[in-house]
Amino acid sequence: MSTHDITLTVNGIDYPVAIETGRNLVSVLRQEIGLTGTKEGCDDCECGACMVLLDGQPVNSCSYLAAQAQGRAITTIEGVMTGETLHPLQQNLLDEGGVQCGFCTPGMIMSATALLARNPSPTEEDIRIGLSGNLCRCTGYAKIIAAVQRTAVGGE
Amino acid sequence: MSFVIASTLDDALSAVAAGARPVAGGSDLVVAARHGKAPLPDSIVAIDRLTELAGVTTTADGIRIGALTTHAVLMTDPAIIASCTGLADACALVGSPATRNVGTIGGNVMNSSPAMDTGAPLLALGATVELRSAAGTRVLPIADLWTGPGRTSAAADELCTAVLVPAVPDRTGSAYVRLEYRRAMEIAVVGAGAAVTLSADGTIERIAVALTAVAPTIIALDALDGIAIGNVADEDLLAGIAAIAAEQASPISDLRASDRYRRHCIGVMARRAVEAAVRRAGGEAIPVPVNRAYGIGAAR
Repeated sequence: MSTHDITLTVNGIDYPVAIETGRNLVSVLRQEIGLTGTKEGCDDCECGACMVLLDGQPVNSCSYLAAQAQGRAITTIEGVMTGETLHPLQQNLLDEGGVQCGFCTPGMIMSATALLARNPSPTEEDIRIGLSGNLCRCTGYAKIIAAVQRTAVGGE
Repeated sequence: MSFVIASTLDDALSAVAAGARPVAGGSDLVVAARHGKAPLPDSIVAIDRLTELAGVTTTADGIRIGALTTHAVLMTDPAIIASCTGLADACALVGSPATRNVGTIGGNVMNSSPAMDTGAPLLALGATVELRSAAGTRVLPIADLWTGPGRTSAAADELCTAVLVPAVPDRTGSAYVRLEYRRAMEIAVVGAGAAVTLSADGTIERIAVALTAVAPTIIALDALDGIAIGNVADEDLLAGIAAIAAEQASPISDLRASDRYRRHCIGVMARRAVEAAVRRAGGEAIPVPVNRAYGIGAAR
């Protein structure tokens, strides 16, 4: 398989990488760039553990070609914090008990931050739809939804 | 393996003519490769930067939907909700927000899945497809595009550039419903799309119904006019439409449902699609998607 020299812009930083053409974005983020916060779950576009933002929109990075992400702004879970301060949604997930094993959490946060960016005051139904591409096998979702509600404008 | 990002439509057409497969959102091509269903093609041209192929335009003839328009755009576009409501219903049911952000109408129709949600409303609304190659452009009825599961009549060097929906008369409504086992990341067990135009007296002037996941392609129902035109959509007519849908379906058994279950449920979906389309044609605002408004499919 031929190799491509490309540059990926992740969390505002340019990363030059040499990759085989067919590589998926999650494997390049984790193995070439070393950002392992994004998880590989089903590898089949079903579970949402690999969710990242591409130009602000949630995308399953397991099923997106890394080469196709050139020139776009990629945001991963590592880009959510401000310095050493957790994003309010991260803090609320901890406070509400919305994190158990934690494997789905990065993907949940990426979907939820995209939702809150376009709809700062979502209803519970809006939140359920916004997170409908993210599976969690631990929490039963209620506490995750509560954390998003608490993060929303007018939440608490 | 080669991969290029096309920056102009001509670049894309040259690449396709040279044997490259187009990728827009990758939600079929890349997922199929991850799934082990089909390896990635040897040569790929990314067409997602061709902004001239994205967006919804209202023309004198109807609505032009650029091939790269995503499901997320179509489910909220005011012109689509106003005159192609059934298509908005379908787009709102596709996958998850992530799927709808990358999935495109062009990719959807060219993938030619018999279970695609957008196919039935497009067929019921009389849509056509614009295919372009370096040699020129042609437009064909969408039913003539689909020749089998995953197969189309498009030549290897043709790229889908738009889906065109003709203007609809006043008092027209459309709807799409599907049977589903869960509310997201689902593929239709069966589904039905309907487009109905009412006369001033409330009787049916024009009707078209198309079915999802009950044949090798999306199919249009034949011989509806005889029972429907000039009549109101009462229980007798809806039951008749359900019977015709069950009769004309040729479903298979697979992991999602048996053939018998599909044959029964397609009648139920067809009558619900017609009922919703009639209510919309009469001016009632049933929110998109009908599945949620009617409580069809998976409960929460």
